[in-house]
Amino acid sequence: MLTFASGAELLALAERENLSLGTLALRWESEQERKPEAELKARMAEYLAVMRAAVERGLTGKDRSPSGLAGGRGRLVWEASGKARVGGATLARAAARALAVAEVNACMGRIVAAPTAGSCGIVPGVLFTVAEENHKDDEALVLALFTAGVIGQLIARRATLAGAAGGCQAECGAAAGMAAAAAVELAGGSPGQALAAAAISLKGSLGLVCDPVAGLVEVPCIKRNALGAANALTSAELALAGVESAVPFDEVVDAMAEVGRSLPREFKETALGGCAATPTGRAWKEKLCRPF
Amino acid sequence: MSGSGIFTIIGPVMVGPSSSHTAGAARLGWAARAILGTEPVAAAFYLHGSFAETGRGHGTDRALLAGVLGLGPADSRLPAAYRLAEAAGLKYAFYTQDLGDAHPNTVKIVLRGGDGSQVGVTGSSIGGGEIVITAVDDLAVEFSCHYPTLLTLHQDQPGMVARVSVELAAAGVNIAFMRVFRRARGGEASMVVEMDEDAPEQAVARIAALPGMRRVRVVKAVSAC
Repeated sequence: MLTFASGAELLALAERENLSLGTLALRWESEQERKPEAELKARMAEYLAVMRAAVERGLTGKDRSPSGLAGGRGRLVWEASGKARVGGATLARAAARALAVAEVNACMGRIVAAPTAGSCGIVPGVLFTVAEENHKDDEALVLALFTAGVIGQLIARRATLAGAAGGCQAECGAAAGMAAAAAVELAGGSPGQALAAAAISLKGSLGLVCDPVAGLVEVPCIKRNALGAANALTSAELALAGVESAVPFDEVVDAMAEVGRSLPREFKETALGGCAATPTGRAWKEKLCRPF
Repeated sequence: MSGSGIFTIIGPVMVGPSSSHTAGAARLGWAARAILGTEPVAAAFYLHGSFAETGRGHGTDRALLAGVLGLGPADSRLPAAYRLAEAAGLKYAFYTQDLGDAHPNTVKIVLRGGDGSQVGVTGSSIGGGEIVITAVDDLAVEFSCHYPTLLTLHQDQPGMVARVSVELAAAGVNIAFMRVFRRARGGEASMVVEMDEDAPEQAVARIAALPGMRRVRVVKAVSAC
């Protein structure tokens, strides 16, 4: 039986067995659930199809959320991505896809929580873009989702994936860390580089607060999905170039847990602080929160 | 929903925007329908706390209604719940109500079936789409809907728990979790039995026929939705 209680143990196992984190995660899940790997891959392929449909629907830009706050931005960025003047087309496309999926979520469309609904755009936004750049097929994408999943699981075990418990660092922050590691493996990097990318990424989101305007999963959440995608791409690029994280992954996750515990409740999904407490945020709340 | 593995991190597939306010709400509606045990013709929803406060923007109302119609949290028809309810001839009403010292995401759902049966179900959405049912017919209970669940309403008297568990044992049903609640000694009481497998109909009928038994409800596991 495969067991690992930490990123360090997972990495040691991957190096010993000479497997990618994604392949190892698939094998572990198969042992845990007593289900053949093929069945689990087929299930993940279904999730991948839901993600792809969400990207496509979001990029049409037709939907508006019930509040009227969200919709159409992913398409805007997608259409401008061909003439991206600052970060290049790859970054713009990843951001557009992340926005698109997060908008579909806000508009009551079907998404895959990854790890949560509020952060559902980052993993697909990054992975579809990296697969496109590196000419990777769906089989590789499915394995990359297992990589993302096992990183998320380590975070869930040592910290939390709920904004109400840990702030946005536990949602968009965790999603960016998951996407960074998965992007590294998708681009042909090593398990060590994947874990380093996750650590670098999580360090970049430490302390990120959960401050939804009017309590809705729209402002600032949707754009944070685009920013999380950028964080993941940068972290993956650093790790693939051989940059390591001075603080190891497990310790970064522990730091994230500690920061989450220490955050005042105003910054943990209560909609009482940050963006939610700005004059504009309060005005939206007045306008949108009509009890039944 | 399987175990605590990779698919709880990548997954579930759901209709947005919020696992607590949308997916959990759909499950609560679905659970209320399962507890009623027949096709509902009228539904009243009393929303508390954050459900009342931010429910409209999260589609909590549509999700609750969709669940009562038998739709699961990943059903893409969920946003059209109002139209579906009208088509199905289901009357519905939404209210804001302070349910006291309850979880912020709590709702009381009162359903009426075509056969005149009625049930009130109170439950909370506790994160990640997980739910807990906290009252049935104004009697405090506690169960997750993860397992097929047997709910009894009976006279508080010696031997009731023993008789129910004997019937389940005879049918080869394993009890995973069990709790007993009552209003007062010798008064109205309730058993919540979470089982590893569905209880056969004959066993349920025998339990319903026990002396002192007033009502038995069988609730399917929410994973079925």
